[in-house]
Amino acid sequence: MNIVVCVKQVPDTTEVKLDPKTNTLIRKGVPSIINPDDKSGIESALRLKEKVGGEVTLLSMGPPQAEVALREGLAMGADKAILLSDRAFGGADTWATSSTLAAALKKLDYDVIIAGRQAIDGDTAQVGPQIAEHLEIPQVSYAEEINVEEGKVVVKRQFEDRYHIVEVNTPCLITSLSELAEPRYMSVKGTFDAYREKDVKVWGLDEIEDTVDKMNLGLKGSPTRVKKSFTKQAKGAGELLDDVTAEEAVEAIVTKLREKHII
Amino acid sequence: MDFKLPKEHLLAKKMFKDFAENEVKPIAAEIDEEERFPTETVEKLKKYGFMGIPMPKEYGGEGADTLAYVLSVEELAKVCLTTTTIYTAHTSLCSHPIYKYGTDEQKQKYLVPLCKGEKLGAFGLTEPSAGTDAAMQKTTAVKKGDHYVLNGSKIFITNSGHADVYIIIAMTDRSKGTKGCSAFIVESDFPGFTVGKKEKKMGIKGSSACELIFKNCIVPEENLLGKEGKGFKIAMQTLDVGRIGIAAQALGLAEGALEETVNYVNERKQFGRSIYKFQNTQFELADMRTKIEAAQLLVYKVARLKDDNLPYTTNAAMAKLYCSELASDVTRRCLQLFGGYGYTREYPIERMMRDAKITEIYEGTSEVQKMVIASSLK
Repeated sequence: MNIVVCVKQVPDTTEVKLDPKTNTLIRKGVPSIINPDDKSGIESALRLKEKVGGEVTLLSMGPPQAEVALREGLAMGADKAILLSDRAFGGADTWATSSTLAAALKKLDYDVIIAGRQAIDGDTAQVGPQIAEHLEIPQVSYAEEINVEEGKVVVKRQFEDRYHIVEVNTPCLITSLSELAEPRYMSVKGTFDAYREKDVKVWGLDEIEDTVDKMNLGLKGSPTRVKKSFTKQAKGAGELLDDVTAEEAVEAIVTKLREKHII
Repeated sequence: MDFKLPKEHLLAKKMFKDFAENEVKPIAAEIDEEERFPTETVEKLKKYGFMGIPMPKEYGGEGADTLAYVLSVEELAKVCLTTTTIYTAHTSLCSHPIYKYGTDEQKQKYLVPLCKGEKLGAFGLTEPSAGTDAAMQKTTAVKKGDHYVLNGSKIFITNSGHADVYIIIAMTDRSKGTKGCSAFIVESDFPGFTVGKKEKKMGIKGSSACELIFKNCIVPEENLLGKEGKGFKIAMQTLDVGRIGIAAQALGLAEGALEETVNYVNERKQFGRSIYKFQNTQFELADMRTKIEAAQLLVYKVARLKDDNLPYTTNAAMAKLYCSELASDVTRRCLQLFGGYGYTREYPIERMMRDAKITEIYEGTSEVQKMVIASSLK
């Protein structure tokens, strides 16, 4: 089974700071990591490979320094890695990103594509599903468990208060949650092999030109415009009503909800 | 001259750090308190390839180098010296001499499982009356037919009671002095070999240091390591390698103590401000940080010398001397900055101070290192 995992390098912080002038992320001084949902995706791909054999390829779009994230994935045990890096891809929103990744995927032989549910820096959860649409393949999102049974992929999908067990034909795309699988450490041998034995191929526009409409690439191909960005203000302390009976509490809540026209 | 770590080493360092923080640090205080050998950590070290870092892949090792090994020791020592004691004794003192002096059969039989972590290694040189004066070996090995018979005892042996394979130095010909010493590979279940009293130590309490007793212990002749009479040379060369590991331990320990202290002095308030704001604190931190930087350069340099097959005996002694004395100094000064809380077991700094002392003693005291360094100046 050939598995491709889409990987994004993200700043290692949940407190992403924005440059108020440019509305872009301030990356300087913040260490980079593999997006946690993607790292679990790598882990589950490696576990699938261990069960049924095959090859794990990592695919990322990003600046040249995103190579480090791919090397880390290789050190965990992935076999190959491709970095899509070109000025033409820069400034992409989710549409342009998924178009670029899908263009590269059209060149690869895959049975399953695993993408992290969402990245901790953008939180859109759009790229994975969009890739599946571009490729016209089935998708299962929010996977907590992936298994292969009789040639079919069976996914335990998180859904509000229950799980869905979804059976899906290959090729398919699955978006993974960080709960999916606790990522393994790199091994010592893995870290050295990641540089000495394995390769990160860098693909630019030339490599995917024939599988993508250039109008869908980079900043120009991004329909999203950031109108305004701002840091969320902390909410007030709230109103505490203690020493009230259950009935009084119900009355107070209903009154508040009415005041705010919620009910 | 390049002071940057190569890319693969940087990636490996990240892995060592993640592993140390998540797997080793959480139980560091517990294994010290309980004086418990951390079997679970050794299993994890094995799983992720720590047990054969500088050894070639053909012998089950990781195919990395001394610099990578040093980085692993440094990162783990930041959080737990016990853990590094266990695996440096295994790697530097047991796997290394078999790799360097062993026959191919010995390498296949012992080095491969050692590197894979299937077996744990140890090294026995020290005796009650042969410490710094290591030439005063009383343990004897007498050839009888196709085997040797060992009699005598060793003390303070790291990993004793847990190790499967021991490198043991014994006298095969007392009349020749140090040239009458030989090295043997002894398995833990060889007849006549038992593990005796366990020492109660000041620090590195999770690691074992017991007596080894040989009473007509039968060692097959094919387990002679190197040639007869070469045991002392093998032991001294093994300690040269070991000292690189101890230097890295001491370096990591000093760095770990400083990290804990920087966090503490920023949080701790006295006289209405964080104690970091006081010039005394800042001067202390600045001085310690500078010395740690120098120590790190000594350690990385000696690792590089070894990897480049250049002479490193003196550099290993200098690195070990400087780093171990620094570790004791830094942990003591850090504890002082912690004040009363530092003296309690609520914080790791008292453990670090207790652990630091051994780095000035084992694998050659500071005084021995000075003898080695001075001998290069003749």
